[in-house]
Amino acid sequence: MTDAIKEYEDKLPKSIIDSLRENIPASISQAKLKQILEQTVAEYNESKADPGECIGNISAESIGEPSTQMTLNTFHFAGVAEMNVTVGLPRIIEILDGRKELSTPSMEIYLNKPYSEGKDIKKLALSIKETTLDDISLGFEINIVDLSILIKLDRELMRNASFTVATVVNSLKAQTKGFNIKVDDDSMELKSRSKDINLNDLYKVKEKIKATHMKGVKGISHVLPVKRGDEYIIITAGSNLKDVLKLEFVEPERTKTNNIFEIASVLGIEAARQAVINEVYGVIESQGLNVDIRHIMLVADVMCNSGYVRGITRYGVVSEKSSVLARASFETPLKHIINAALVGEIDYLESVVENVMINQPVPIGTGLPSLVTKVKK
Amino acid sequence: MVEVFINSKLIGEVDDSSSFVSRLKEERRSGALHNNVNVYRESITGDVFIETDAGRTRRPLIVAKEGKPSITQQHYDRLNRGEMAWHDLIKEGIIEYVDAAEEENCLIAFRANELTSTHTHLEISPLTMLGLCSALVPYGNFNQSTRLNAGSKNQKQAVGIYASNYPVRLDMDVNILHSPQKPIVQTLMNDVWNYDSHPNGQNIVIAIMSYKGYNMEDAIVINRGSIDRGFGRSTYFRPSVAEELRYAGGLIDEISIPDKDVKGYKTEKDYRFLEEDGIIYPEAGVDEGDVIIGKTSPPRFLSSLDEYNIASATRRESSLSLKHGEKGTVDIVLITENEEGNRLIQVRVRDSRIPEIGDKFTSRHGQKGIVGIIVPPADMPFSSSGIVPDIIFSPHGIPSRMTIAHLIEMVGGKVGALSGRYIDGTTFDAEPEEQLRKELLQRGFRENGTETFYNGETGNRMQAKIFVGDMYYLKLKHMVANKLHARARGPIQLLTRQPTEGRAKEGGLRLGEMEKDTFIAHGASLLLKERFSSDNTIVPVCEECGLIAVNDEYRNRRYCPICGDNVNISDIEISYAFKLILDEFKSLGIYPRLNLESKY
Repeated sequence: MTDAIKEYEDKLPKSIIDSLRENIPASISQAKLKQILEQTVAEYNESKADPGECIGNISAESIGEPSTQMTLNTFHFAGVAEMNVTVGLPRIIEILDGRKELSTPSMEIYLNKPYSEGKDIKKLALSIKETTLDDISLGFEINIVDLSILIKLDRELMRNASFTVATVVNSLKAQTKGFNIKVDDDSMELKSRSKDINLNDLYKVKEKIKATHMKGVKGISHVLPVKRGDEYIIITAGSNLKDVLKLEFVEPERTKTNNIFEIASVLGIEAARQAVINEVYGVIESQGLNVDIRHIMLVADVMCNSGYVRGITRYGVVSEKSSVLARASFETPLKHIINAALVGEIDYLESVVENVMINQPVPIGTGLPSLVTKVKK
Repeated sequence: MVEVFINSKLIGEVDDSSSFVSRLKEERRSGALHNNVNVYRESITGDVFIETDAGRTRRPLIVAKEGKPSITQQHYDRLNRGEMAWHDLIKEGIIEYVDAAEEENCLIAFRANELTSTHTHLEISPLTMLGLCSALVPYGNFNQSTRLNAGSKNQKQAVGIYASNYPVRLDMDVNILHSPQKPIVQTLMNDVWNYDSHPNGQNIVIAIMSYKGYNMEDAIVINRGSIDRGFGRSTYFRPSVAEELRYAGGLIDEISIPDKDVKGYKTEKDYRFLEEDGIIYPEAGVDEGDVIIGKTSPPRFLSSLDEYNIASATRRESSLSLKHGEKGTVDIVLITENEEGNRLIQVRVRDSRIPEIGDKFTSRHGQKGIVGIIVPPADMPFSSSGIVPDIIFSPHGIPSRMTIAHLIEMVGGKVGALSGRYIDGTTFDAEPEEQLRKELLQRGFRENGTETFYNGETGNRMQAKIFVGDMYYLKLKHMVANKLHARARGPIQLLTRQPTEGRAKEGGLRLGEMEKDTFIAHGASLLLKERFSSDNTIVPVCEECGLIAVNDEYRNRRYCPICGDNVNISDIEISYAFKLILDEFKSLGIYPRLNLESKY
């Protein structure tokens, strides 16, 4: 039986071959097997896109039409209470535009045993959460006369997060250069070493030290331990895949983020492509709509095929179009036309939009085939 | 110390704002302050805002004190005897107008028996919370609020009698309903507004059931017998105005039958209705394109060339004719003068509008729908007592919209019709539904308003009991006769050579961007090209410089304005819009060069 199937390996994709191997009983007759395989090949070829089929357009329509029906309700409480994640149309727009700043970055952190069974789960979660100097202080004051910054620390908050004044001063020293730090009970005084510091700079410094990183993973602003199925995971607001994966109690295989750019830089472009597919498909599915995943895969391919994640905007994918007229018909026409005129660009009228503009058959479907013949000289 | 603002301007401070505000209000009620003044005390800061500006919406309320309304039986008596009027109540501080801000500080009781000592005001009637048209909706408190809004919006579009002197008025786009009726289920607003003297609808029998799918998606099925008996008939009036304008140089428009040598002369047939004075006669039956008022204007530009012309009287034709798709009968011809002393002619054309498929009807509950089919009376379903409904309304319109008042009005109308009286359906103060049901039972009908029905075509008894009742239906001014439009060929725009847009200009229906995408998705490339060929042009192009060349048909010569005669010039087929954008590029200083190569 295996030999018969082997013959078809170049005619069918591997996944179909595998499922045939799995599902066909070994006792099958050779003739019947042949019949099944022939039928499979026929069905497979039937399901392929025809040459000249306008797959991009069909994908656009297939995603665009259901998205118009999506409620514009931006903030549902998705998943867990108190964790607010953008879903719906705004999220799809965010992904497809390739926006670097997400409105709600978020991670799902899976844990190794025994932590996934709930051991020290709260402590672990808190250790991930980023603590800044602002979080453990009562206030920041500027002494205009001495040109110094006075920081009052909150004893209670410090105790909760297991800080001592000394540790705070040490990390502050490591991250702030050019200042002398004087410690007085539970307050600190920062004074510049250089004489010519003005008030404006001091204000800037004050805002900067507020964000001084004390503890945890940078960028993780909230943490929430949740029980999903049998195991405990940590859901976060804010995302930092690179640093989270370094933690030894984190299970790196399943931990994920919704920030596609982080995935691209940490795990590579193939992972980012898969992330685009998963995120978009997840949103569409959560709205109860039905879009074939291959349409989304095509969009993800278009976004990622250059090796970088690029949005479908005039700065992203559209700017790569070879035709001037096609680019001009998308957005900011004058900019494209003038730039094209400056370098003397030539439009070979090879795609759809240009041919619609000049009223010629578009090279798609019935407009694609042409006749080649030898002319007698 | 809190701040006091008058019309948003800070004018001073006051120690105790609440006693200050109550003193202001007292003085307003006593007449020392004008009643247009409103005061608002911000509850958190205690700041006082006094408003005297125009443009605030305000509404009247009865002042209440210590759980008692300040209006007494004495006042009612005096009002009834005519010794007192509305303005007296305001003057005595019994009724005051409150604006939106001051209302924030008020606690208003619905009814007198609900008054407590904390209340500051009493509603004159709960109905005063609603607007004029919303208050006309019977049993409005049983409807979802959005439907109440839709219902009041629809009533504003209803065809009725808009003014009793309409025969001598020349308003634009007027519809008059032929036999309007007083609604059986009324509200208090009917009396207040004197609605019965200018009603907008008719009482009809309505059954809630489906009819062969012709009333799905909000459509309604109408009985042709009802139309023949006058349901929903209306007349459409449309005036046309022509003026003898005076121009510089003593030239003047002339209203007359244009001479045949006038520039732009139509055909003799088009002027056939005009009398000697160039104006159509009343009761002439006119169709599209027929001239109503014949008019000629002096030539637009008097250039020096014209002086050497043989006939200097090349006047322009500027007659008024019926637009595309219009027809009717001339109703009134009016000849007057306007403020500048110019002769002014107004001709009003009337046309009867009998309900047809596509006309819009509505009840008073935002349940608008379009006529889906007109059924011969013999084919309509009928009840066991022989009642044939005028309209069949789809049951799918009810659950999602939750217009319960629609159902109650049907029962109310049925009771009213059976016992020969008007039903009071005033919002919040209506005749209770239970009473209607009881009375219906007494009249020998099923208490819930349903009846046994028979199929009009087969005579079979229907399994389900059908909910029937009488209700007030309105015909809306949107009629297909004014909207129906199609085109195969016709006028084009001057600039782009594409078909014109809009019904009035006999325009095409645009195959837009997204429609284009559907053609592409089907791979119907050549069909798409054909669709978009409305502005196809053949343009000569110079193969040397790639710009548009000249084709001189007179001298049978083709040349390029830049490269001259000795170049190859080929014809290409492009859309005119593309030629236009090439020209626009040139005007920007961009050189759009067309490189030609053989297509095959």
